[in-house]
Parts: sequence; C-alpha cells; structure tokens
Amino acid sequence: MTEVAKKVDTVKLTIDGIEVEAAKGELVIRVAERIGIAIPRFCDHPLLDPAGACRQCLVDIEGQRKPSAACTQTVADGMVVRTQLTSEVAKKAQEGILEFLLINHPLDCPMCDKGGECPLQNQALSNGREESRFHEHKREYTKPVPISSQVLLDRERCVLCQRCTRFSDEIAGDKFIDLMERGADEQIGVFSGRLDVDPAEVVGETGLEGAIDANLLDAPFNSYFSGNTVQICPVGALTGAQYRFRARPFDLVSSPSTCEHCAAGCSMRTDHRRGKVMRRLAGDDPQVNEEWNCDKGRWAFQYATAFDRITEPMVRDPKSGELRKASWPEALNAAAEGLLKARTEGGVGVLTGGRLTVEDAYAYAKFARVVLGTNDIDFRSRPLSQEETDFLTSVAGKFQVTYSDIEAAPDVVLVGLEAEEECPILFLRLRKAANKRGTRVTSIAPFVTRGLEKVAGTLVPTVPGAEATALAESAEVRAALSKPGALLFVGERLAETPGGLSAAARLAAETGARLAWVPRRAGDRGAVEAGCLPTLLPGGRSLVEPAARGEIGAAWGLEVGDLSERPGRDTLQILDAARTGALKGLVVAGVDPHDLPDPAAAEEALEKVGFLVSLELRLSAVSRRADVVLPVAPAVEKSGSYLDWEGRVRPFDAVLRSAAMTDARVLDALARQLGYQLGTADTLAVLKQIGELGETRAPRAAAPTVDAERVAEPGTGEAVLSTWHQLIDLGALQDGDEYLAGTARPPVARISKATAAALGVADGEPLNVSTERGRVTLPAAVVDVMAPGVVWLPTNSPGSTVRRTLGVSSGATVRISAGGTS
Amino acid sequence: MTTPSKEALAKIAPVLTKRWLSPDAWKLSVYERLDGYTGLKKALKAHPDDLIQLIKDSGLRGRGGAGFPTGMKWGFIPQNDGKPHYLVVNADEGEPGTCQDLPLMMADPHSLIEGVIIASYAIRANFAAIYIRGEAIHAARRLRQAVDDARARGYLGRNILGSGFDLDVVVHSGAGAYICGEETALLDSLEGYRGQPRLRPPFPATHGLYNSPTVVNNVETIATVPYIVLGGSAWFRTMGTEKSPGTKIFSVSGRVVQPGQYECGLGVTLRQLIELCGGMKPGHNLRFWTPGGSSTPLLTDEHLDAPLDFEGMMGVGTMLGTAAVQIFSDQDCPVYATYRWIEFYHHESCGKCTPCREGNYWMKGILRRILSGQGTHADLDTLLDACDNLLGRSFCALGDGATSPVTSSIKYFKQDYLDYIEGRKAPMFSPGELVGAH
Repeated sequence: MTEVAKKVDTVKLTIDGIEVEAAKGELVIRVAERIGIAIPRFCDHPLLDPAGACRQCLVDIEGQRKPSAACTQTVADGMVVRTQLTSEVAKKAQEGILEFLLINHPLDCPMCDKGGECPLQNQALSNGREESRFHEHKREYTKPVPISSQVLLDRERCVLCQRCTRFSDEIAGDKFIDLMERGADEQIGVFSGRLDVDPAEVVGETGLEGAIDANLLDAPFNSYFSGNTVQICPVGALTGAQYRFRARPFDLVSSPSTCEHCAAGCSMRTDHRRGKVMRRLAGDDPQVNEEWNCDKGRWAFQYATAFDRITEPMVRDPKSGELRKASWPEALNAAAEGLLKARTEGGVGVLTGGRLTVEDAYAYAKFARVVLGTNDIDFRSRPLSQEETDFLTSVAGKFQVTYSDIEAAPDVVLVGLEAEEECPILFLRLRKAANKRGTRVTSIAPFVTRGLEKVAGTLVPTVPGAEATALAESAEVRAALSKPGALLFVGERLAETPGGLSAAARLAAETGARLAWVPRRAGDRGAVEAGCLPTLLPGGRSLVEPAARGEIGAAWGLEVGDLSERPGRDTLQILDAARTGALKGLVVAGVDPHDLPDPAAAEEALEKVGFLVSLELRLSAVSRRADVVLPVAPAVEKSGSYLDWEGRVRPFDAVLRSAAMTDARVLDALARQLGYQLGTADTLAVLKQIGELGETRAPRAAAPTVDAERVAEPGTGEAVLSTWHQLIDLGALQDGDEYLAGTARPPVARISKATAAALGVADGEPLNVSTERGRVTLPAAVVDVMAPGVVWLPTNSPGSTVRRTLGVSSGATVRISAGGTS
Repeated sequence: MTTPSKEALAKIAPVLTKRWLSPDAWKLSVYERLDGYTGLKKALKAHPDDLIQLIKDSGLRGRGGAGFPTGMKWGFIPQNDGKPHYLVVNADEGEPGTCQDLPLMMADPHSLIEGVIIASYAIRANFAAIYIRGEAIHAARRLRQAVDDARARGYLGRNILGSGFDLDVVVHSGAGAYICGEETALLDSLEGYRGQPRLRPPFPATHGLYNSPTVVNNVETIATVPYIVLGGSAWFRTMGTEKSPGTKIFSVSGRVVQPGQYECGLGVTLRQLIELCGGMKPGHNLRFWTPGGSSTPLLTDEHLDAPLDFEGMMGVGTMLGTAAVQIFSDQDCPVYATYRWIEFYHHESCGKCTPCREGNYWMKGILRRILSGQGTHADLDTLLDACDNLLGRSFCALGDGATSPVTSSIKYFKQDYLDYIEGRKAPMFSPGELVGAH
C-alpha cells in the first residue's frame, strides 16, 4: 500500500512558512485547511466545482504578480503561499473584497434567519472595518421572492456566490435557478415567464418545433433537493418558508440524527428549542449522503407533533364500544388478556410496517416467536410475493454494495427502482458517478424518467411484468453487468413481477455483478435483518434450518421445539386469515392499510379480527379499529438505529426528551404482563442481545427460481399499469408540511404517443384510468420514449391513490379512456 | 488644418487598409482582382507547421489588446490529439473608442476570410467561427455574404482549391455584452451559455470551444496573416519596431480635425498621428488621451512623443491596448470623462466576481457625488483604495481595466477633482439625496 501511495504525484509547498505535502491537483484552500489555516471564502464549496467568483480567498503566492484565489489555484512543487496570516497583500485584498461584499448588503442581521450562523456576518465582525466608507444608495429589490413554495429569495442579501445555482446544476441536475441580468444588477432568479411572446410564434419563426414548451414558460424551483441551497447559502439570501423567522440559531440546540424517511440513511442535524424541533439539516457524512439531503428529509417532520398524536394508552370500552383513555397497567392488562385468548383460540399475527428501528423490529420478531409462539410476522405493507419472501430469506445479511461502490462501478443497472423518487440520495450518488466517473446507468423501466435523463442513462423499455424477461434476455443488460465492478440495483417493486427477483439473482450470479436491494422505507432493511419475516429469524437465519433455530433458541433461552420450523404467513396471508377468523388476533405497528395492495380487504380484516392491538404514534386506520392502543415514540423522541439500503448501521440518539416509549419497551412491558422476559426495555440492551447472536453458522436458503410469466396483452381501450410513489405525495409522514407539498411534482398520467393518438388525448387533457373498483382521472402527459401499451400513475398522490381507488398495482391491466367519461 | 510632417507621412503604411478606398472592395470579384486569395493559394501549398513558423518568425502580436505573440498561440494547439480544433475570430469589438474591425469587415471582408482559412489550415481546424458584436448588424450581413460568396467560389467548404482541406465558417452575432470580448466569455456565449469568463487554466489552446483546442484571435490579427504569407516575415519586420513589428490600424477619435482609421507602423507617436489627422480641432489644445481605449491608463500632452507600440506604452505606465486613440482637449473634463467610463464598466461588468461588480457600482456612485458637488477629500482616497482592491483582484481583465481611467485621471488631474470637491467648479449634476454611512 505504501508503495502505491508513494507513486501518487505529490508536491511540497509552503503555506505561511509551514511546509506541507499535497497531492498534485489539490487546491490551495484545501491544503491550507488541512494544516489548520482557515482562508475565508463564500463561493467555495468542497463538493462543487471551483468558481473563483467571490474572490474572498485571495492569497499571495510568490512569483505571481497578483493575489490568487486559493479556491481555484492548484498546488505546485515549491510553491510559497502566504495567506492573510502572514501577508499584508493577502490581508488587504481580503479586507477589500469583504468591504465590496458589504457595500450593497442590507446588514439586516438582527432580523435575518442567518444572523448568528452567517459566514458573512462572522467575516464582517472579525475582519471588517469598524466604520463603513460607503455613502451611496444600496441596491434595492422587492423581497422576498418565493422561488418555490419552500424557498424564498432575498436578493438584497445575496452575495452572488452562485453556490445555489452551481448545486442545482452540478449536483441535483435541476437547473431551475440561474443568474439573471449582469453587473451590479446580477441576481439569482427563476424563469418567470416574462416573455411577452406567444411560444407558438417563436416556434413558427425559428423553426424550433417542440423546443419551446409552453409549460416551461413559468418554471419555479421545483427540485427535490432545493433545501440544500438554503443550507449552503453563505448569507440569508435563501431561506426556507417553514423555518423563516421562527428561531435564532443561538437559541437552538443541535443534535445529530438520522433521517427516518427512506432507505438512503442520511445523517441529519436536528435543531430544536424548548422541546420542539425547529428545523432539520443535512448532516455531513462523506460515506453516505455527503453533505446533502432531500427536501422530504429536511422538511417533513411535523407529523410527530400532529393534533392526533397519541400520548396515552387507550382501550375499547365494552359498554360504549368506543376507545377511551386508560392507564398503562389497564391497557397492558387488557392487551395481555386479549392476546392470550387469541393465541389460544387460533393465533396472533404481527404486522410491523417498514418504519421501525432495528431494535424495535428485533423486539417484534422476538415477541412473535417467544410470546405469541408464531412465525406469522411480516414487515411488508405493500405488494409482495412468496418469491420475494424467499429472495429476502436467501440474501438477508449478505448485501455488500455501498455508496462508494457506485462511483467505482463501470455500469449500474436499475430494475424496479426509480431512484430519484424512491431513494433520492442514491440518485445523487448515481448522478455524481455518471458525471464525474463516467458510470453508465441502464434502467429497466417503462419510460425515460427525468431522473434517468439526469444521469444520462439508457432505457431498456419494459412493460411492467416483463422485467424478468428483460433481465434474462437483454444482451445490453448482460453485457453491462458482465464488466468487473458492475452493480445491479433492484427496487422493492420488483416483487410485483413474477420471476423478477429470481431473474435478478440468477443474472447477478452468472455475470458476477453485485446485487443490491433497495427498499423504500428507513426500517425495511432492518426489519429483514431482525427477522420480521415469516421465514427468517434474526441475523438472516432461515428458520427451516435446525442450526439456525438452535442458535436463536439458545440465545433466547428456549426449549428445543419452542421455535416452529414451519414458515409463517406473510402480510397478505395474515390479513386473509384475520378476515376469515383463522387468526384471532393482530399486533400491528406503523401500518397504513392504504399502502397495501388491496386496502379494502385489509380494512375488512382489521374490522373482523377478534382482537387488535395497535402500537401507534397517531390515530390511524388501524388504531381507530383497535381494541387496545399503545402509544409509541416517534423517531425524534427515541434512540435506535436504521439499516440503510447498504446495510450500514445508522444509529441515533433521542433528540427530544419525552415520556414516549419505543415499541421495544412497550413490547417488553406487554411480554412481562404475559409472563415473559424479552429484555428489550432499552435500546442498548437490545443491541447487546443482537450482538450476542453473532454471525450465523447455519446454511443459507437458496435464491428462488420462479419462472417469468407471460405479460398480459392489453386489448383495445386497455393498458398495463405502471406505478410508483413520487417522493413528495400523500404519505403520512408528510402530513402538515404544506410548504413541502407545494413542490410535489404535479400528478399526471403518462402514456406513449401512440396510446395518446389512439385515444385522441392530447398532452394535458384529462385521461381516465379505471378498474372495476374505481377511476382515476389525471391530466395526460405524453412521453416520447415509452414501452407500448403502458399507462403510468403516481401511486399515492392527490387525485391518484392507485391502490385505494383502483385496487391494483403495477402489471395489472386497466381501462383507459379520454377525458371525463368512463 | 495643418499639413503633416514628413516623418509623420513616412509612418503611414497601408497594408490592411490598402483596398479600403477601392470601389466595391468588399466584393469577391474586386478582392480577387486586387491580389485577393493569392495568399491562400500560396499557403495551401505549404505545410501547416511551416505556416505556424512563418507567423512566429514574423513577430506578429495579437491586435486585440494584450499583444500576445500569435505564432506562439497557434503553436500551443496540440496536434494529432484526435480532437477537433477550432479557430474563433473575436470580432466583438467593444472597447470604448475602438473602431478598426468593423470598418475592416465592411470594406474588406474577404481579407478576414482569407486569413481565417489560412489560420485554420495552419492549426488544422475544420470549423471556424467569427463572433461578431451584436450591434454590428451591417457588418455581420456583409460578412455572411462574403462567406457565402467564398463558399460558392470554392474557398470554403470541402476540398478547398483541391488541397484536400475542408473548412466551414460561421458568422455568429453576439447579444451586446462587452464581457464577451473576453475570450473565454466569448466561447461560453458562442456555445449558447451566459457570457461569463471561464476559469483558466485550462486555457482555450487545450480546452476551448466545446472543450477542444481553440485559437481565439482578433480580426486585425487574422486579417494580417495573408499579407505575411505573401510578403514573408522579413518584409513584415520592415515595418513597426523590433519587438512590435508590422502595422496597426489606429482609430483616432475626439478633438482632431479628421478623426478616422490611420494605419501606421507600430511606434508612431501621438504627435505624428495628430498631424496625420490634420491637427487638433481649431480652439482645442490636447489635454489628455487614451492610447488604446478606456481600459488603458490616460496620458497627457507630456506623452506626445512616446512611441505607440507595446513596449513604448508600457514605458509610460500604460498599454497599447486596442490602439483606440481618443483625444480630449482643454474643453473636456477628465472627471466627467472618467465618470462616463465608469458608468460603462458598471453597465458592462458581467457580475461574476465581487470586486468588479461591486467596485464599479461604488466608484460610479462616488464619482457622481463628486460631480454633484458633494464629494469630500476622503472620497479621493476611497476611490484610489477601491481601485487598489479591484486591480488584480477581479476574475478577468475587465475589472482591471476599469481602474485605469480612475487612477490615471486622479494621478494627472487631481486638481480637477479638488475643484469639484472644494466648490471651484460648478456641479455637473444636481445634488442627490445624501445618505449616511451604512
């Protein structure tokens, strides 16, 4: 290793008299930083390309007749650099720039959100003049300008460092904001549709048919990553509507935290004041989210303080039939009695949902096996299949792909995964790899999405349901995956295609490509590893293996035979059994029946089941039907850890103190009531138990080998449905964040040109999509490149609740027709 | 009107301008009759490397302002690198007072096109763009016609004159921004982006237009090339001075009897130029002048005999720049002239970097206040300090240039400033509303 390291071209230079070694091509500002010399800067950002715009970082370099910008100057052997600490020239240059930056700055720090954490303010106070020499009028602008429902622009405060525009262009690929005007009038802006011309005329004159989209004439800053611009703005020019004027930075307590939304595993910083979260920021984690997060992670957190938050246990009053508040002993007693009875009369199933920490998921897995004596436990609250159960059983604990592997990969193939919508930080890393390393992205999907365009990806046009065939037969995909270091990413949605996961596992084995499974929720991966599946015990142990059962049985102090070798029911089977009475009781954590493939059937099951215990945060479709409701803590009020899609542990401590308990602690109490010791009352105890389990020595289950099925051929007036969630939609964890909701992508129904022509529907005109259950009507969006006979709908967006309204999911044949009539 | 001296007349050297007075010189037929495209025929028989060497030997220096050796610039283009090469002609003539490229393109457009073909052949470019100032619609039209005519006659297109060399030329109109005369901003603008200077390195010679090796030359530079090919480097060096060989079109404007374009060997003096212009306008005495546009520090009547070449102007603390000689007399106010120039820089600064964007805003405000009779002595120090904080601190040379009129006018004409400040001179503007320091 050292030999290799020596071969990297290094140079020696001197900064303020300190000799330092640096890699060739490194920037002076970074090298200085490494040896503890902070050169002031505004436009510089380590994750953005150098700009050299603000000129604040000027340093004196021997032999150069002018001061050089340390943020653009690369090191050279023998270079002698003097910063503001040792050079009068550099010091004067920096002071001069600071004075220039301040002449037009409004100096409204006392009312500015950034006041107290503002690089410009800090610079001005430490290096600025005491008295201004500026006696002219300052620039004046109307302010603030909402450039989206979330982001407000104050052009007077802006120092035009262009971090925001560079971020949007280089990182997110959403070039909705740019510089406008020039000179002293230069400003950041969005395209405001001020063109006083009819686009049709422009098109007619220049012959650029199709180049000018009427919809683009008014383009706000609708990026899923816009919040990062607020965070990296070095002044108070960009502020978030949600946080604006709500707190002063010096009144806030900052706690490190982990995002609870998707499986990306972002580090966060949560800022709170007097027990209330005021804002959330992207944490700095080079291995995972670098310094970015998505707007959902940043701005969707008010669900935890919603009006319907449950803080006290409730039991169903036998006389009135209504839920009423109860003490913990009463509620635990009621739950224990009910569960005991149900267990004896037919059994109890456990639905955990995908939002649990690993520790909580482990408690459910143990509770089901030890207390309820069942393998009827499943974390999935979405379309699923036996094949997926087998797939997860075969691969649990075995995924080895990381974010950094993406940057090293020559090729990445995505199937059943729309990364920008379903795992935004994974998307950012794909984009970085594509832009900086030339990684080629191929997507097996029905059409070219904006996300795929932004990674310059290639589409293998595939009708939903035909993914397995595409995986097996596409020469392009096989060639891509055959390259050393290639990666195959499968989304959780691939479970909807019979044979899909089997084909993916087979192709990965044949080509040597590494496989990664990307679920949609923060708790999904942890639930798999913790054993919240009908076939899995904790630690990826397949329960059909005697050795695996032996390991767990010993750890849990069970008798031989206590752990059943018979795989339990999955979510859909549990609900079926509850509806028919085969199962007498249910323990349900954070599950929204509307996420299930057939919400109506799920609700019926919840109605009919003999005894229902709900561990919930807020009154939900489950808790309203429950016999006993036990309140649990939201992520912000508890400690624990998630496993991101990589399988990386993302631990966090409780940000806020509250009386709310983790699911694991509540289950521990409930078990105790039933005479069992779970030992899951606190997070560290659970971690200790998980640690004691160690690696399994039991054989692993084999990957499933399900054959692909023929894809339904849609008839006239029919199409094959494709659907996935948009990042910002009707999800329960986004409740109450209306500024965030304002930047959701407008729900549209996407169809191909051929389909549009056949139906006589033009772009923007209403399109009906219907089944026997119901009908969704959305504006049509005609897509250039799309697999034939497909219609795409957002799964859970305003006006398009596919599972609730249509009762189907991807791959189903639906009826389509033009506007308003069915 | 005075008659020029023999010395002055001896400096006149019409090379680039030799056809300007011939009727219809802009037509291809006339151009061909007057030796047009003979340089091209000769060049196409030579090896491209020999052409680069020829230009190196001639000592030709860029006419756009910086005076960089042209042959060396061509030599920087990596050969056999598998990338396309480009020639870009900077015809975005925007420096205040500068007027050589437009008359050249109007009177003799084919000389530019011939130069473009030879230069492209030398650097192995098959595509050349002429980026012409957006306001110069008339010149763009004439140039486009000339390109069409040249193509029709086989001087452009595929297999030019049977040589096997292909070249296409596009005439691209800018959108009216001074900054796009800066070569990297020009390249961005040409690519369809907002015209702002690019970070250098990498330089256009390796990463220019579309990230490929590119030569960016001024109109006059390229138009000179055919004459060097025909006349040889030794002939070229008979004109001008040792370090600044050749001729230069001086565009003289202001208080002279006959303003206009005067092509002289480099090293001509202002005294001789004024003589060639028929002397100062009656009743005017020379007070100050710019040697090469507003971005070059002012000179005064003390500098009448300084040679107008790259070194000579350095010697008196200024630059030859674009050789836009603007003549001001004792009836002109240096403070007001400076204010108008700073208004220009304030208007034309691209806004990318702080010192240029804010410095010009500030200086314009101070100058206007001085001219309104509300200036203070401290304002002069502030102006000079602002210049000190701007010069050499900005991203590109635009900001540097803006300091030239301010520092040089205060250097030579501080009394004029003091006259406004101390109330000896009537204010130019009505007083504005004063605001406190903030």
